Formats: sequence, structure tokens, C-alpha cells
Amino acid sequence: MTDAVQSPAPAAAVRSGEWIDRLRIGAEYLVIPVFAVLVSAALFSIFLLFLGKDPLQFYSLLWRGGFGTAFSWQNTLLRSAPLILTALCVALPARAGLVIIGGEGALVLGGLAAAMVALPFGGGGPTLVVMPMMALAAAIAGAIWIGLVGVLRHSRGVNETISSLLLSYIAIALMNFMVEGPLRDPASANKPSTADIGPGAMVGKIPGMDVHWGLVWGIVLAVILYILVNRTTYGFALRVTGGNVRAARAQGLPVGWLMISCCAIAGACAGLAGYFEVAAIHGKANASLIAGYGFTGILVAFLARHNPLAVVPVAILFGGIAAAGGLIQRRMGLPDASVLLFQSLIFVVLLVSETLYGRFAIFRPRAEADRT
Amino acid sequence: MTFQIDRRSLLKSAAAAGAVGIAGLPGRAFAAAPTIGIIYVGPRDDFGWNQAHAVAAKALKGVPGVKVVEEENVPETVAVQKTMESMINLDGANLIFATSFGYFDPHMIEMAKKYPKAEFRHAAGLWTKEKHPGNAGSYFAYLNQGHYVSGIAAGTVSKTGKIGFVAAKPIPTVLLNINSFLMGARKSNPNATVQVIFTGDWSLPVREAEATNALADAGCDVITCHVDSPKVVIETAERRGLMSAGHNASQAPLAPKGFITGAEYKWETIYKDFAGLIAKGEKLPNYVRGGIDKDYVQNTPFGAAASDAAKKAAAAATADLKANKPYFVGPLKDNKGNVVLAGGATIDNYDVKLEQTNYLVEGVIGSIT
Repeated sequence: MTDAVQSPAPAAAVRSGEWIDRLRIGAEYLVIPVFAVLVSAALFSIFLLFLGKDPLQFYSLLWRGGFGTAFSWQNTLLRSAPLILTALCVALPARAGLVIIGGEGALVLGGLAAAMVALPFGGGGPTLVVMPMMALAAAIAGAIWIGLVGVLRHSRGVNETISSLLLSYIAIALMNFMVEGPLRDPASANKPSTADIGPGAMVGKIPGMDVHWGLVWGIVLAVILYILVNRTTYGFALRVTGGNVRAARAQGLPVGWLMISCCAIAGACAGLAGYFEVAAIHGKANASLIAGYGFTGILVAFLARHNPLAVVPVAILFGGIAAAGGLIQRRMGLPDASVLLFQSLIFVVLLVSETLYGRFAIFRPRAEADRT
Repeated sequence: MTFQIDRRSLLKSAAAAGAVGIAGLPGRAFAAAPTIGIIYVGPRDDFGWNQAHAVAAKALKGVPGVKVVEEENVPETVAVQKTMESMINLDGANLIFATSFGYFDPHMIEMAKKYPKAEFRHAAGLWTKEKHPGNAGSYFAYLNQGHYVSGIAAGTVSKTGKIGFVAAKPIPTVLLNINSFLMGARKSNPNATVQVIFTGDWSLPVREAEATNALADAGCDVITCHVDSPKVVIETAERRGLMSAGHNASQAPLAPKGFITGAEYKWETIYKDFAGLIAKGEKLPNYVRGGIDKDYVQNTPFGAAASDAAKKAAAAATADLKANKPYFVGPLKDNKGNVVLAGGATIDNYDVKLEQTNYLVEGVIGSIT
């Protein structure tokens, strides 16, 4: 206890400028993405001008529809809830050097597993039993699915990006098969679905808001994963593996286990996103689970530079863009694709901006900057 | 059998439904100016399902005093709930047309409960008085009648008597369209067959093109389909030098040489009716449906491939349907040999049995499972 109080003090005394250095390093990770977003906004404005539309109107509607009112905020948060979870599915393995893009499959299977667990209760069953079982089943299904990607990568050297994408198609086909075949509710004639999970198994809304609890889970998990990555030996080992696999092996780190376990944790996050889709929105599993949250999650994770904490605000930004998309369509007569174009512009500019890191002296610690 | 709800039975049903029903009683003053929100699941110019609604939306915009707000590519998730709320809160919409099947439950139902003053109508026959709020409802058009007429024209012009059908999923509405097309074709050519390939989903352009090519290779000389956007199927058929019959909206411009006719929705009729009722402050019906007889469905104007004989035969069938003459006439078997209808028996054009179709009739080559 006394150590903890005393030790920072002398350090601060030795290097009084340290906090400025920290600020400089931290600022780089904030300023460059924000700059990238602004550049994409500028590029998109040019596009709008070519279409004869008013960019100012676009951005003011974007603000109004996404963040301008209490209703917009709830709309935004509601849409960002699944994105946080699917983005975590990308962000965590990325720290171990794995590019996983198949979160959609884990989400779909998570939703299916959640519904399958609830179905034997016939819409009844004690909430306190059914609800955790559903969440657990969803997390396990997602963990197995993405964990499989880790296993394939480690034991067979299969490229994880390709395998996760292909596995997501298999997951979707599996869900469609179950929902159209063995699990189909005969009453769902033209939209094959499972039977309803029943009101007792439904997740409610956060008090005072129109947003379900998936948002809170997403934020809590983001914080937990942040701590896991940045404040534990597991996270350190993960980052070493991501930095240089050979070095990690040379250090005797269990690279295979690290890869597989982080894939499984990531898959569990996406699986939970599927759980909330079923238990907070649809009340059953059907093809509506395939809504592209898994793919938007990739964008969110990259924009957050795979930092679990940064995933939250970025997911909210994307939720806001999606929430405003409708208003923009209706008020400006723009096709829906224009909002997608804006999103993809952000993504491309952001990838390009990756090359900017470390190029500006202002973001480097003073001592280091002096030396160069 | 009639499904129109007159004011008296509506009053009864409203009373029975209790408080929920009361929200929509006649005389409750609507804002005189109808603001109608139309929500599409895909792009408005898909040459298919969404375009059929968008064409009607455009016609609706031409009606004085009617304001229309539209939103496309809205997924069947919580996003559609928020779109509805946004249309009601920010645009002042008092009537929402939710045009995709998956919008209904739970999304539209939730919103109908949350906004009892707005009216919600869904493009499929799912609403039931006992289960659903009184300010919600369904409207649906029997496109199978249009496919029956197309089938008659196709059977007349087909030389091989083999018709190819690219279908999305083996669900009742799709099966009914396939059956209707075959029954039409057999009316003009008793030996005609319809070979069906299910792609497995509503929009799989690559697989739709493959299926069309496979059907062409199998000797089919007329191609038709039931997928969300028939664009790829019709274009591929045209490229292969085949004749084609359309689905959902007009695909005539896509096939200048091979187009015969097509089954088209005419949502405009319903939308204009509803807009008129709102402007008059009258209660909207909760459940409307119809086919060619009510002008909810029409056939695309004949293309270059339609012969005079085909036009004549199709016109005769259209007249029969306008007179509400049933076309499901026994004896009729399914393609596994089970009897569907005994000799002389008929199924009424609006019989609910048709909505539960779970078989392919004799003459259709293909399997549901």
C-alpha cells in the first residue's frame, strides 16, 4: 500500500515532463483517426456537391438523426449495441495478429443456440434459469465457431481471415437449415422461424431508455477485454504473439493456446450479440439475424485500432450514422447507398492514415524527439 | 367468401378487441393531410418487389394533398422499428406501409402498440383481429392470378412445352405461384411442364443466373421466376435467346425480344384507396386483399414474344378472373400422385387453403424438400 503511494512520486520528480509525453503518445491515437474522419467527410462533401446536394444539410441531418435529440440518441445507442459486441470479436484476435472477419457467423449461431435452449421450455420456464442458459449457450456457440478458426490456424496453418469468412457462410446455411427444417414453427409459413422463446425469456430495456441491456453488456465486456489486453500477463503474451510470433515462441509462450483462446473469447462476444438479437428484439431465431452486424463490426474494430475501449465510441459513431441514414434518405432524397459510401470512405481513408503513425514529431516523447 | 370488413363488423371487432380496438374507431379525426411512410427492405429500383411498391409510391405522390416519405434498404431488425418511429416523430407520418414480410412480427406490432394514433399496414396477410392491435393491419395481392394468366400465354408460345421456374424458397406463396403458372400453361398446352429450381434465398443473383442457365440447358424455352429481383433471371434468359415471363414489377425493358408478359403487383390501387380514406377521416380497413378482380394485380403489357393467340388466351383468362371464376378445378393431383382435388371440385380464388399451399401440382418437375 505504501509502495503504491510512494513509488510514482519519485518517478514524477525525476521526469517531470513524463505526463506530457504520455499525452503526446495518447494524442496520436486520437488525432489521426479524427483527422481521417474529417478528411473522409471532406471527400464525401465533394461527392455530394457533384450530386447537386448540400453537404451542410447532410451533416446537419446526420447530427440531428444520430445525436441531436433524445430520440436520436436512443436510436443510435440501440443500433450500436450489437456493433460493440461484434467489433470486440474482431478487436481481440487482432491483438494476437489474427484478422477475423467472420463474426457474422458467430452472431447467427449464437442467436440460434440461444433460441434452441429456450425452445424446450415451450415459452415458459423460470426466467432466472432460461435467461442465463440462453446467454451461455449463445456465448459457447460463438466461442466454438471462432475458436475453430483459431484451431485451424494453429494446427493446420489455414489463413484465419479466409476460414472465418467461409465459416460464416456455413453458419448462415446451418441456421437457415435448422430454421426451415427441424426447428421450424409450423405457424411461420412464409417466414420460416423457430417458435417464440416466450415473454419470460425476453431481455428488457434499460430503465428510462428504449435501449436493451445488450448495450450495457457490450460496454462492460469492452472494459473487461481492455483490462485483459492491457493489464494482464495473458494480454501481454497476446500482444507479444501479435507483434512477432517467432519471438513469442522463442520466449516459450503457448502461442497455439493463446490464439485459440482469444478466438474463443472473441466468438463468445459475437455469440452474445446474437443472443441479444433473439432475446431482446426478435423473440425467435430466423433469417433476420443475418443483418450484417458482424461485418459492420469489422469496420468499427479497425476504426478503433483494435482497442476494446475505443470500440465503444466508434460503435456509437457508426450507430449514429446508421440512425441518421433514414432521415437523410427521406429529407434529401439520397439513396441508402450514399450512407454506405460515407462509411466505406471513412474506412479507406482510415486504412491509408495508418501510414501516418510515428511520422509527426509532436506526438513523440520530448526526449526522443530531441535526439532525432 | 369475402374478407372486406364493413363498418359494422369493424365496430363489433373493435368492441371485442377492447381498448386497443377503440383507438381506431371511425370518426376519430385524422389530420386531413395524409402523410404516408413507406419502408422497403431493398433498393427501390430492384426491378422486383421493392420497385413494385416504389412505383405505387410515385403514383401516390401525384395525389394532391398526400405527402409520401420513403426509406429503402431497411433491414428486418430493430432498425425498422426506429425507422417507423422516426417517420412518425420527425415527419409526422400517420400511416406506415411496411412492405417486407419480416417487418410484421415483432417490429410493426411493437410500434403499433407504442403509437396507437398512427396506422400501420403490412404487405402480407398476417394480421388477425384476435391477436393484433386495431391500428395495425394487412393488405395483400394475389399475384398467383397474374402468374396463371402468364402461364396461359407462355403455354401458348412455348415450342418445347418446357417452362423453367427459378424460385427462392419452397414456402406457400412461392409454391402457389409455381402451381398457378403450370395450371395456366396446361390450359393452353396439356403436355406442358414446369421445371423448378429453388435457389434457397430471396436474392442470390449468381445462383439465379446459374439456375436460369441450367434450365435453358435442360431444354426450357420459357423462363419465369419468383425471386425478389427478377432482373438477373430475365436478362440471362434474354441472353440465351429464350422467352421470359416476369414477376413483381415490369421487366419488359430487360427483354426486348423474348418478353411475353408478367405478373405485376398494382399496389397503387390500395395505396390510393387508403390515402383517400385518411383524407376523409375514415377508418382504414384492417384487412384487404384482392387479385386481378380488384385491380390489385395486373399483367405487364405484352412483349415481343407474345403471339396473337397468346394475347387472346390471356385476355380470356383475365376476364374469367375478373368474374372471380375459380381456376383450381379438379381433378388435380400433386406431383407425388396425391389427390388435391377430386373431379369437379374447385378451390375458390380467395380460399385460405391457397395460402397454405405445401405441394407442387402434377406437371411440375421439382421437389419441395
